[in-house]
Amino acid sequence: MKTEFTPRITSFLCKWCSYTGADLAGTARLQYPASIIPIQVMCSSRVDPVFLIKAFLSGSDGVLIGGCHPGDCHYETGNYHARRRFAIVKSVFESLGLESDRLKLSWISASEGPKFARVANEYTEEIMKLGENPTRKSIFL
Amino acid sequence: MSSITIDTSASRKVRDLLKYLIENGKIDAALTMRKIPENNSYDLGLITDASNLDEAVPLIPVMTVNAGHVLSSISTSGKKIAAVLKPCELRAFVELVKREQGSFENLLTISHTCGGVFPLDLVVAEKIEELLPKYEKTVSNGEVPANTRDTCRACEHFIPMNADITVSVAGECESGKGCVMYLNSEKAEEFTEGFAGERGELKFDPSVLKKTLDARLAEKDKLFASMTTNGPGLDRLLDTFGKCVGCHGCNSVCPICYCLLCDFESANFDYNLPYFEEHLSRKGALRLPPDTIFFHLGRLTHMSFSCVGCGMCSDVCPVGIPVAAIFKKTGEKTAALFDYVSGRDVEEPIPVMVYKEEEFPDIG
Repeated sequence: MKTEFTPRITSFLCKWCSYTGADLAGTARLQYPASIIPIQVMCSSRVDPVFLIKAFLSGSDGVLIGGCHPGDCHYETGNYHARRRFAIVKSVFESLGLESDRLKLSWISASEGPKFARVANEYTEEIMKLGENPTRKSIFL
Repeated sequence: MSSITIDTSASRKVRDLLKYLIENGKIDAALTMRKIPENNSYDLGLITDASNLDEAVPLIPVMTVNAGHVLSSISTSGKKIAAVLKPCELRAFVELVKREQGSFENLLTISHTCGGVFPLDLVVAEKIEELLPKYEKTVSNGEVPANTRDTCRACEHFIPMNADITVSVAGECESGKGCVMYLNSEKAEEFTEGFAGERGELKFDPSVLKKTLDARLAEKDKLFASMTTNGPGLDRLLDTFGKCVGCHGCNSVCPICYCLLCDFESANFDYNLPYFEEHLSRKGALRLPPDTIFFHLGRLTHMSFSCVGCGMCSDVCPVGIPVAAIFKKTGEKTAALFDYVSGRDVEEPIPVMVYKEEEFPDIG
């Protein structure tokens, strides 16, 4: 029997907004796929570009950063910095011909449980279309 | 601001200036390229005794180490230093000063229009003096010498951006005769007061180097179009960086990589048995040393926007990975996101240290 491809999406979620948003999606019993592997971080700006690259090279099919909406950061400006760093990683991926669609940043507040579920569903679908990350198979990375 | 017309070779005039500055107590030391008397090679010398300046070859197209990198460790000594820097070395130093790794306070910067430098393997294999006449002729014709570093051939920032003194060499004159020393700052005027030479009010005109600029831009297009990392997919990356032996030489010669403890050399990357077991359980084989591609991607995201394209990294790579060209190409893209040019202005903040509330509407 052919097993269906289940994506693995490493998700760095900010403690104050997106992680709480994911909790809310759970308590509200909203359905979202098990492909999301959540990692709580204190702020989206805690996500060093190398976290994204490590996750990508280790075979994550998608990498998601969830942070507070611009202007709502618990630490006031962290998410603005996260956005710049994310733009840099995207640009590096594009210039080297890597699939930058496997990287995503989304603003999800603590009250946006439904948005978290929607982002998780939509992003999983996108990744399903992209298929398995070739880094899963590649040994010599 | 004034100018000094050079009546001898440009190299000698700069050497004379350094001598004048030391002998008159205006500076404590001079940082300049030097011919090693014992052999046919060159090094970067920090010179405090004027008699040792006879060996100085300030304008030689050789870069054994990025002088901006070296300067960061000595510029805060409190001593007055005059440094002869290639434009990219000056830009590298500007980037380091932004990172609080150096200071312009006691520094007089002398830079020159640059024709590019010879790769180190050529410096070791050939007598550079014999290559110089052809090099100078090519440069003064506004053409690009084919035997210089690939990133030099593709460099459009060959005019110093913020030097106290700019010496025009490339493209204007062959032997240096008829070259001009442009004094760009109060500091330059102050230091050169009393120095011999015909004073004038000449202004440096970048348009005389238009032909050089066009030739460099054409070379850049050619270089970027021919890179092995071009095109989609992981395979090209594997082909290009797959040769990496993980020596981190590119990191250690990079003027921008100033971190005393690089993340990639920290305990985060001390591999242990659980790491190997976890990796092997998934893939069944492991490349050693691990994380070589990770290392390059990590550096690209950490500092490529500040890359000055000096080419040191490619020169020291033992397996011939075109590191500098990759960083230059990727760095131009990452810098363009923020309309940033590395080393342009010491007041211009590093892109990752600042932000705008409204930017990147596609992200998030």
